[in-house]
Amino acid sequence: MKETKYMDPYLAGFLLGLLLLATNFITGRGLGASGALKSFTVAAAETVAPAHTGSSLFYTEYAGEHSGGPLKNWLVFEVIGVLIGAFISGLVSDRLAFKFEKGPAATNKLRIAGALAGGVLWGVGSQLGRGCTSGAALSGMAVMSTGGIITMVFIFAGAYGFAYFFRKLWI
Amino acid sequence: MGPLVPDIISGNINFIVALLIGVLFGMILEQAGFSTTKKLVGLFYGYDFTVLRVFFTAGLTAMIGVIGLEHFGLLDMNLVYINPTFLWSAIAGGLIMGLGFVIGGFCPGTSLCAAAIGKLDAMVFIAGSLAGVLLWGESYPMAEGFYKAANWGNPRIFETLGISQSLFAFLLTAAALGAFWFASIVENKVNGVKKKTILFTPYHIGLASAGILLAASSFVFTGRKDSLVKAVNAPGFAQAYELQAMTPDEFAYRLLNDREGKLQILDFRPEAERKKMNLPESTPFTLDNLFEKAPSKELLVRGKINVFAAEDELTERKMAIIAEKLGFRRVKILQGGLKEFRDQILNFKPPKTASKFERENTYRFREKASKELPVLIEKSKPSGPIIQKAKRVLGGC
Repeated sequence: MKETKYMDPYLAGFLLGLLLLATNFITGRGLGASGALKSFTVAAAETVAPAHTGSSLFYTEYAGEHSGGPLKNWLVFEVIGVLIGAFISGLVSDRLAFKFEKGPAATNKLRIAGALAGGVLWGVGSQLGRGCTSGAALSGMAVMSTGGIITMVFIFAGAYGFAYFFRKLWI
Repeated sequence: MGPLVPDIISGNINFIVALLIGVLFGMILEQAGFSTTKKLVGLFYGYDFTVLRVFFTAGLTAMIGVIGLEHFGLLDMNLVYINPTFLWSAIAGGLIMGLGFVIGGFCPGTSLCAAAIGKLDAMVFIAGSLAGVLLWGESYPMAEGFYKAANWGNPRIFETLGISQSLFAFLLTAAALGAFWFASIVENKVNGVKKKTILFTPYHIGLASAGILLAASSFVFTGRKDSLVKAVNAPGFAQAYELQAMTPDEFAYRLLNDREGKLQILDFRPEAERKKMNLPESTPFTLDNLFEKAPSKELLVRGKINVFAAEDELTERKMAIIAEKLGFRRVKILQGGLKEFRDQILNFKPPKTASKFERENTYRFREKASKELPVLIEKSKPSGPIIQKAKRVLGGC
């Protein structure tokens, strides 16, 4: 069976907007992703090196803000849902396959290094910017938060500004 | 009234809600094509603007929906998480994420979708982002100053820009429509194809007119608050409206003998007036408080007699009618307002001609009250207006 086509972008956007609106109405908060990465990292660090996390400022501040442990967190549950939802969608549209994607001119090594470095940058950037494309940019736009919209503008401005230097990775 | 968390939906159910929302989120992202770097980075090299279309349509839909829900009094934005603004970290974080986008090809949410359907590069990306958070955590003591610099609080963009909320929404929608059109032109050029950039199919025209109708509805249907305020200000309406009133004598009696704490006075006078004469057992209240989720809870406490007090009875009537229309029960007004209360009770002067009955009952009580009440009033310290005590939902990424 051939891969089915992707959804019309405007329809997908409209549905995503309705979901975000419903999320705001039901829970009083927006969608997110990087917050869950933070929870996972904190949980792992607290398990591996409890002595260190007990004294390090980042972890103590986190523990102060999140009672009930790092994994009992709204975003952790939401992100588990994202994994399930994307899997179901891939199953329905016949897109489930182990696949390594890269630009036509990039080597495997380059792509791995890029993915890793890009991930690290997102890990740092999303903490500094208090959210990623979902939590800061999209959800921030929905509630018209100044901070969220500033972060959004600079994510896209940064990406366009740096795109030329990394074109070998993609085109 | 929203948000439903934490009063209607609470605790662990909220986690189930989170899971379900996540499932839908993941499905939509995957269906839109956000599970492949080819579509994502296409945005930055001009060959595929799917991300722009999905992202802006979603953001605008939600934004306009939030404005609409707030307009019709269904969502209390005082309780919704507004991302805080720390200027420098927002800019620096954004730029770092932008760089990460063109190097890694994903953002965190999309990498999760891609990994879920088996993309190996996305799994590497996720490993990288976990390492990135760890790196941040370890260097946090050094970066903390910068991270917390230029704290603007939780402003909303239209406040920062000093324009109205609707104007901002309109400008952004117009900008998005322009961007969609421009993106199609660029796409055609980069891909060397000629597709129509604007489609006038019944489907698209229908969609656009539905949006325009929705936007126009906010002009036709004024907000709940505006329409209620307009209704009570109509000439003669508030005066003729049937409300339960409490006589100044009963009011004074309850003030003096309120051992069960049944009386709850909601004081609608401005702060300056309240400072001159503060009523015991009273809560300062404003018109806005009636519409806010947390302060209006005071009105729902069982077994209380809520008395609306203001200088004149008309103001009390207007507020009480609005409260009644909003569904609050057991609301009474103070007959004649506080002016009457002062004339009859506090500054009581026995009239020269009075029947024996009046002298023995009413006036004796009033004389006693006029001596005891000022002591109580003196004792009760003036307090400020209700400040939002409600817990905002903790959100963020």
